[in-house]
Amino acid sequence: MSSGATADATTLANPRELPLELPASYLADGRTLLSWLATTDHKRIAILYAVVITFFFFVGGIAATLVRLELFTPQADLVGSDTYNKLFSLHGIVMVWFFLIPSIPTTMGNFLLPLMIGARDLAFPKLNLVSWYLNLGGGLLTLAAVLAGGIDTGWTFYVPYSTTFSNSFVTLAVLGVLVSGFSTIATGVNFIATVHYLRAPGMTWFRLPLFVWAMYTTSLIFVLATPVLAVTLTLVVAERSFGLPIFDPARGGDPILFQHLFWFYSHPAVYIMVLPAMGVISEVITCYARRRIFGYSFMVYALVAIAMIGFFTWGHHMFTSGMSPYAALVFSFLSFIVAVPSAIKVFNWTATLYRGQIGFESPMLYALGFLGLFTVGGLTGLFLASVPIDVHVQDTYFVVAHFHYIMVGASVSAYFAGLHFWWPKITGRMYPEAWARFAAILMFFGFNLTFFPQFIAGYLGMPRRYHVYPPEFQVWNVLSSAGAAVLAAAYLMPLGYLTWSVFFGSRAPNDPWNASGLEWRTTSPPPRQNFFGNPEVLAQPYNYHPESTPPIKDQPRVPSQGSLT
Amino acid sequence: MGNLIPAFLKPESASVQAAKVDMIFTGLTLISAGIVALVIGLVVTFAIRFRRGSRANRGELPSLVSSEFEIGWTAATLFVFLFIFWWATSIEIGAYSAPKDAMEVHVVAKQWMWKTQSASGAREINELHVPVGAPVRLILTSQDVIHSFYIPAFRLKRDALPYQQTETWFQATKTGSFHLLCTEFCGTDHSRMLGRVIVMEPQDYARWLSAQPERDGLAELGERLFTARGCSGCHDAGSKVHAPSLAGIWGQAVPLEGNRTATVDEAYLRDSILQPKRDVVVGYEPIMPSYEGLLTDGEIQSLVAYIRLGTDKLDLIQSLSLEPSQNICAPGQSSASPRSPAMVPGAPAQTPRP
Amino acid sequence: MSAVGKLIREPWDELGLSESKAFALQRSGATFGIWVFIASEVLFFGAIFLLYAAMRIEHADAFAAAARETNIVYGTLNTAILLTSGLTASVASRAAEHDGLRRLTLWCLAATAALGLAFLVVKGLEYREDIEKHLVPGPRFALAQAPAQLFFGFYWLSTGVHAIHLSIGIGLVGRLIGKGLRDHEWLVGNAQVEIALLYWGFVDVVWIFLYPALYLAGRAG
Repeated sequence: MSSGATADATTLANPRELPLELPASYLADGRTLLSWLATTDHKRIAILYAVVITFFFFVGGIAATLVRLELFTPQADLVGSDTYNKLFSLHGIVMVWFFLIPSIPTTMGNFLLPLMIGARDLAFPKLNLVSWYLNLGGGLLTLAAVLAGGIDTGWTFYVPYSTTFSNSFVTLAVLGVLVSGFSTIATGVNFIATVHYLRAPGMTWFRLPLFVWAMYTTSLIFVLATPVLAVTLTLVVAERSFGLPIFDPARGGDPILFQHLFWFYSHPAVYIMVLPAMGVISEVITCYARRRIFGYSFMVYALVAIAMIGFFTWGHHMFTSGMSPYAALVFSFLSFIVAVPSAIKVFNWTATLYRGQIGFESPMLYALGFLGLFTVGGLTGLFLASVPIDVHVQDTYFVVAHFHYIMVGASVSAYFAGLHFWWPKITGRMYPEAWARFAAILMFFGFNLTFFPQFIAGYLGMPRRYHVYPPEFQVWNVLSSAGAAVLAAAYLMPLGYLTWSVFFGSRAPNDPWNASGLEWRTTSPPPRQNFFGNPEVLAQPYNYHPESTPPIKDQPRVPSQGSLT
Repeated sequence: MGNLIPAFLKPESASVQAAKVDMIFTGLTLISAGIVALVIGLVVTFAIRFRRGSRANRGELPSLVSSEFEIGWTAATLFVFLFIFWWATSIEIGAYSAPKDAMEVHVVAKQWMWKTQSASGAREINELHVPVGAPVRLILTSQDVIHSFYIPAFRLKRDALPYQQTETWFQATKTGSFHLLCTEFCGTDHSRMLGRVIVMEPQDYARWLSAQPERDGLAELGERLFTARGCSGCHDAGSKVHAPSLAGIWGQAVPLEGNRTATVDEAYLRDSILQPKRDVVVGYEPIMPSYEGLLTDGEIQSLVAYIRLGTDKLDLIQSLSLEPSQNICAPGQSSASPRSPAMVPGAPAQTPRP
Repeated sequence: MSAVGKLIREPWDELGLSESKAFALQRSGATFGIWVFIASEVLFFGAIFLLYAAMRIEHADAFAAAARETNIVYGTLNTAILLTSGLTASVASRAAEHDGLRRLTLWCLAATAALGLAFLVVKGLEYREDIEKHLVPGPRFALAQAPAQLFFGFYWLSTGVHAIHLSIGIGLVGRLIGKGLRDHEWLVGNAQVEIALLYWGFVDVVWIFLYPALYLAGRAG
C-alpha cells in the first residue's frame, strides 16, 4: 500500500488524486444522546471526558477565585473560617482528582493514543466507557459532598483530623475520589494493553511518538500507584464511618503511616500530571520547530526513569513529621536524582529548537511558556528536596507556588497547547489564531503574576491554608490576587473562542500544521474506524525535513479536506 | 553571600540555623537563576535566530552534537544536583541533634493553641520566653490532631503529633518577639493558632522567670504519681470505672454512707487513700484497693497537693510523658480527645461533633 | 459466522488478520490486561499487608493476644475451601480450552462458585461469633489492650475487602456458567474464562497471606 512512498519518501499526496467515497466522521456517526452515552468509540469517550473535566476545571477555578479574593486583605472579609477551609479543600480535591489527573490522559490520550499507533480503538472499548462512568460517578459523589455542606480537610485528608475531628462530609468526598481512582486504574490497564497489542505494522517501540511513551509511563503509574490511594481512602472511610481503628492514635495507631501511604500515591500522582504534559510538548515543539526531537531515545529513557524513580521519593513530603534523619536523607537524595531526567528533557527540548524553522502559532507559544515555567517549577523542587530548606518552607506558600508552577504552569499550559494543536483534528474546525495567541500570552503573564509572589511570601514565612494572615504578607497576596484575576480572564477566553469555532470556525484540512504523526494521516475529524486502509509505519517519528518542506509522508493517502460532519 | 538578596525579600533571621539555611537558600537561588537564565536565554536566542524564514544555517547537525551532548549534560546536572544534596545534607547532619546542655521546653498543641512549659517550670499559653544564645530543645506533642510548630525567623518547623513526641531545637541569636505559627492544617481556626516567641537577654529572662507564679513542685509530682500509680485510670473524668472525679473536690463537703458528711481536707484524703473502704461516698461501690504500704508519706503529700490544686488544672505533664497504651484507662474509651474550647482571643466556642 | 468469529470484539476484528489469528491475539491481549490489573491489585493488598506489618511490629504483644481470639476452626476450614476452589478453577480453565470438555468445564465452574459461596457462609458464621464475642472495635470491645483494637480493625477491614473481591469473583464465574449453558460454543477457548479464573486465583492467593496473618500469628510457638 505504501510501496510508492518508500520509493520516493517525500512525494506529496495530491488531494485530488484519489476521489474516495468518504465514510462519515466519528462526530456524524449517530446523533442521538444515546449514541454518545453508550458509545465505545475512543474519540467520543474522549469528548465525554472533556465535557466533564471542563466542568470540574471551572468548579475548581471558582473556588480558587474565591480563595484569592478572600486573601486580598489579611482579615476575614468575604467568608468565615469554615467556609474558607471548605473552599480550598474543594479547589484541591476537584483540581487534583477531577481535572489534572484525568486531564490529558483521558481526553487527548483517549483520542490520540489509538490514532498515533495506527489502531482502530483502545484494546477494551467497553472498559473505556465504564471508566468514564466511574469518573463521572466519582465526580458526582464529590459534588454531592460539596452541595451537602462541603468538606474541610484539605485535599490530603490527613488523619486524625479527617477521621475523628472534622465535622464535614468527608466520607462522601473520599468515596468520590475512591470511585474515580477505579476509573484511572481501568484507563491505565486499557492504555498499556493497547500499546502492547495494537501497534500498527512497523510501529516498533522506538518509533512510538513521545506522547505515546508518555501515556504508557503514565498508565504504569495509574496502575501501580492508584491502588495504594484506594486502600488509604478505604481505611479513612472504615475508620470514620465504621469505627474500625487503623490510624487512631488513642488506640496505638499511627497517623504518620497514613501519610506514608497517601504520599506513596500522591507523589507519583504529580508525575501522572506532568508526564502527559511532557508528551504533548514533545509533539508540539517538534512540529513548530520543524525538527526531529533531539535525543529521542534519551527522551524515552527519561520518561521511564521519572516514572520509576518517582515511586521512591514520597518521603520528602514528610521531612518535618519527625521521621528518622537517615530516612530523610535517602528521600532527599532520591528527590535530587529524579530531577535529573526532567532536566535532560528540558535541555533536549531546547536543543530541538536549534536549527529549526520556528513558527509561533498558539500551541508553540504555550509550549515555550511551558519550558520556562517547568524549569522554574522543577528547580524550586530542588529547594524542597534539600532538608534544611524544606524544614523552613514546608507547608508555606513556597510549596504552594512550587506545585502550581508544575501543575498549572507546566501541566495546564501543556493541556492548552495540546488542545489547540489537535483541535482541528478533534473537531474538524480551525480556531481563531489571534485570540488563541492573545490568550496564551495573557495566561503566561497572569500565571507568573499569581504564583511568583507566593514564592516570596512562602520564604518570608506565610503558612498555607491560612484564612487570615499577619499583615506583613499583604503586599504579596495583593499581587497574587491581581494575577489570579488576569488568569481567570485568560482561562475564560478559550472557553469562548473554542466554542465559537465549533460552530463558526473554518473547516480544518487534514493536516493543518504539516505535522508528521499518524494521527494527521486521516481526515479531520477522523471516521469511526480512524483510518482508510491499514496504516503502516516505515520510519522514525518526527520525520520533519531540515529545510522546512512538509514532513515525509509514508502513509495511505487521504483527501485533504475532511468529511463533512 | 547572604547579602545578595535584598532585605525586603528576606525573613528576619534570628537563630543559628537561620543563618545556615539562608546561606544554602541563597546559593541554591543563584544556581537556579543561572540555570533558568541559561534555558530561557537559549530558547529566546534560538527562537529569534531560527524563526521561520530567517536565513540562518539549517544543515544537518554537526556530528559532535549527539549522544556526547546528552551524556555531557546528564553528567553535569547530576554533578550539580549531587553537590547541592551534599551541601544541604552536611548542614542538616551537623545540626540535627540538640547540644546536651540545651534548655528543655515541652510544647503541647491543641485546637487552637500552644501550651509551653520550660524545665524551669514556667507555663505559658501561646507564648514562649527564652534567653538569647542558649540552645533550646523542644519536645512536642499534640492533644488532638496534627499541628506543626513553626517559627519563620528561626527557620524551624516540626510537627506535633497526637500521642507521640517529636523533637527539635534552636538557638536564638537576636532578642525580640517572633511569630509562632501552626503550619499543619488543623481545623476551623488553623490560621488563628498563633503565638509569640520572645527572646530576651539572659538577665531579663531571669527576672521574667522570677516574676512567674511560685510553685513548690509538689503538685507536679503529685500529678505524675496520679497517673503512674493508676489513680487516673478510675478517677479521670470519663473513666469507665465508676469512681468519683476529684476535680475541684478540695474543701467540699461530700455525703458518706450512713447520712454522714465529710469535708475534703488533708486527713480525709489520706484516709481515703490508705483505708478507702471506710468512708465511701454515697452512690459509689467500695471497689478501691488500699494503698497502705504502697505510697510513702511524701508521695501521699504530693498527691494531696495535686488534688488541692485541682486535678483539672494540670494536664500538661500527663499528656507529655506517657506511652499511648498507658494513657488508655479502659478499652474502647477514647480519652484521646479532651478538647477544650479554644483559648485564642476571638476564637469561637467549640461546637461538639454530632 | 464461525464460533470463533462471534467471540471477536472490536477493535480486534479490524486488524486485517485471519479469524483464528485475531482471536488468539484478542485472547492474549485480554489475558495481558488482567495480569496488569492483578499487578494493580497486588499493590492494593500490598499496602494492606504493609499496614499489618507496621502495626504488628509496633504492638507485637497486643497483636499476638488479639490473633488468639480469632476462630482458627473457621479460618482453617475456609482456607481448605478456598484452596479446593483454586483446584476446580484451574481444571475449569484448562478444560475450557478443549472442544469436548464442555460438561467438565461447566461442572468445575459450578463447583468453584459453590465453594466460593461456602466460604462466604462460613465467614458469615465467623462474623456472627465475632460480634457475639464483642470483637468489634468500639466501647464494648472485649480485649483490654488498646492496640488489640487495631488488630480487629485490620481483621474486619481485610476480610471485608477480601469478601468483596470474592463476591465479585463468584459473580464473574456465575456469569460464565450462565453464558456457557445458553451457548454451547461460548466457553471454548474464550478468554473470559481464563480472565475470570485468573482473578479467582489472585483472590485465593490473597487469602493464603491473610490466613497466617490473622489466625496463626498469635498461636505460633
